[in-house]
Amino acid sequence: MINIENVSKNFVLHNQNSVTIPVMENANLLVKAGECVGLTGSSGTGKSTLMRMVYGNYLTQAGKIVVGDLDIVTALPREILNLRRDTLGYVSQFLRVVPRVPTLDVVSEPMLAVGVEREAAHARARMLLTKLRIPERLWSLSPLTFSGGEQQRVNIARGFAHEYPAMLLDEPTASLDGENREIVLSLIEEAKDRGAAIIGIFHDEAARNRVCDREVDVSTYTPKAA
Amino acid sequence: MTPLLKVENISKYYGNRLGCRDVNFDLYPGEVLGIVGESGSGKSTLLNCLAGHQEPDTGEVVFDTRVEGLKDTVTMSEPERRMLSRTDWAFVHQNPRDGLRMSVSAGGNVGERLMAVGARHYGDIRSTAIDWLDKVEISDDRTDDRPSEFSGGMQQRLQIARNLVTGPRLIFMDEPTGGLDVSVQARLLDLLRGLVRELGLSAIVVTHDLAVVRLLADRLMVMKDGHVVETGLTDQVLDDPQHAYTQLLVSSVLQV
Repeated sequence: MINIENVSKNFVLHNQNSVTIPVMENANLLVKAGECVGLTGSSGTGKSTLMRMVYGNYLTQAGKIVVGDLDIVTALPREILNLRRDTLGYVSQFLRVVPRVPTLDVVSEPMLAVGVEREAAHARARMLLTKLRIPERLWSLSPLTFSGGEQQRVNIARGFAHEYPAMLLDEPTASLDGENREIVLSLIEEAKDRGAAIIGIFHDEAARNRVCDREVDVSTYTPKAA
Repeated sequence: MTPLLKVENISKYYGNRLGCRDVNFDLYPGEVLGIVGESGSGKSTLLNCLAGHQEPDTGEVVFDTRVEGLKDTVTMSEPERRMLSRTDWAFVHQNPRDGLRMSVSAGGNVGERLMAVGARHYGDIRSTAIDWLDKVEISDDRTDDRPSEFSGGMQQRLQIARNLVTGPRLIFMDEPTGGLDVSVQARLLDLLRGLVRELGLSAIVVTHDLAVVRLLADRLMVMKDGHVVETGLTDQVLDDPQHAYTQLLVSSVLQV
């Protein structure tokens, strides 16, 4: 479902003496449907960078990243947007939404975007919010005023609202307490059971051992200092 | 899928001075394109050339018209272009005073555009107008008030209602949230996003506010000194900018 082949990435900082920083070289990774692969490696080795490259958020200088049947590296913006709407979900560490939009609408949005009826979308959003233990009295408020953990859970509800065949999870369990982490892990297991291909970053080792079928150390893709 | 708008090699000079040069892009139905750049980068010149407010020196602006299909709007006749700008096109000015009749009631402002496309039944016009005022969150007891009695944010929302009442397919926006305070801006952004999705509108939004394009635009075009220096997915251009100028622009944003 997700196939990364010989991928390389540099950052060029034009305004800082045009320094070129190579961050990834010859990365290879194949994730099949129903499989969850955990990215490991210490901070700064490029776990999030690789994930952002798969999402099309960062450009890739060389190689191929095929999700479904689209090569992200050469795809048009429009094709990437369609892929993100239908096929590829991304749960980041931070919630980014329009101010003043109620939580229920924030969570429903990915479903409305793929054409789910408003009633059905709201029903599923309510189910997810209940499951993630966001109190009902908060649903009509914008999540931007919530606590860190609540925002994170709203973000997860939104990320799992539409059943994407491929998902990228960037520390979905960070800043969550034990019980909430348990709920999120069960959501991930459900997604795997329905056949989603998942790439995840989990700093929490217990969480990683539970949901990941295998681990890939991203530091093996870090270019050696010349 | 046919693009709604095909822009080819648009250039505009003011005497020897460059307005914008060799701009090319396609816009598809339902897509929102953001154009950013500093003052004087040519973004408003480009927008005016696209919307037929200025004549470009070279190039084509091909629009997928309802009746005749793809047609170059630069070379079409003036009446035809005017008809387009009253029906399938809409233009939201930065200053609502440029897009509204300040001495005509709010309802009249919305109704006028309907009459321009042939509506004659007073009751229908009025009820459609009230319906649209409601969509942009202006209560119906303000229908007969003049826009000069409205706040800046309300004027801007009224301008949007006036523009959208004829069901355009393409909307041009020049700094739609410029000059509004942030709380009003957030409400307007939310409104615009909702309308774009529900009505399947395509839009071209010129702004210097990177936060606005991040929330509104699917794709981003960065202009500098009349040239397009970078294009791509909005979040990609903002998070992994490639051109020196875009990097400077993104790194210059103050953190709140």
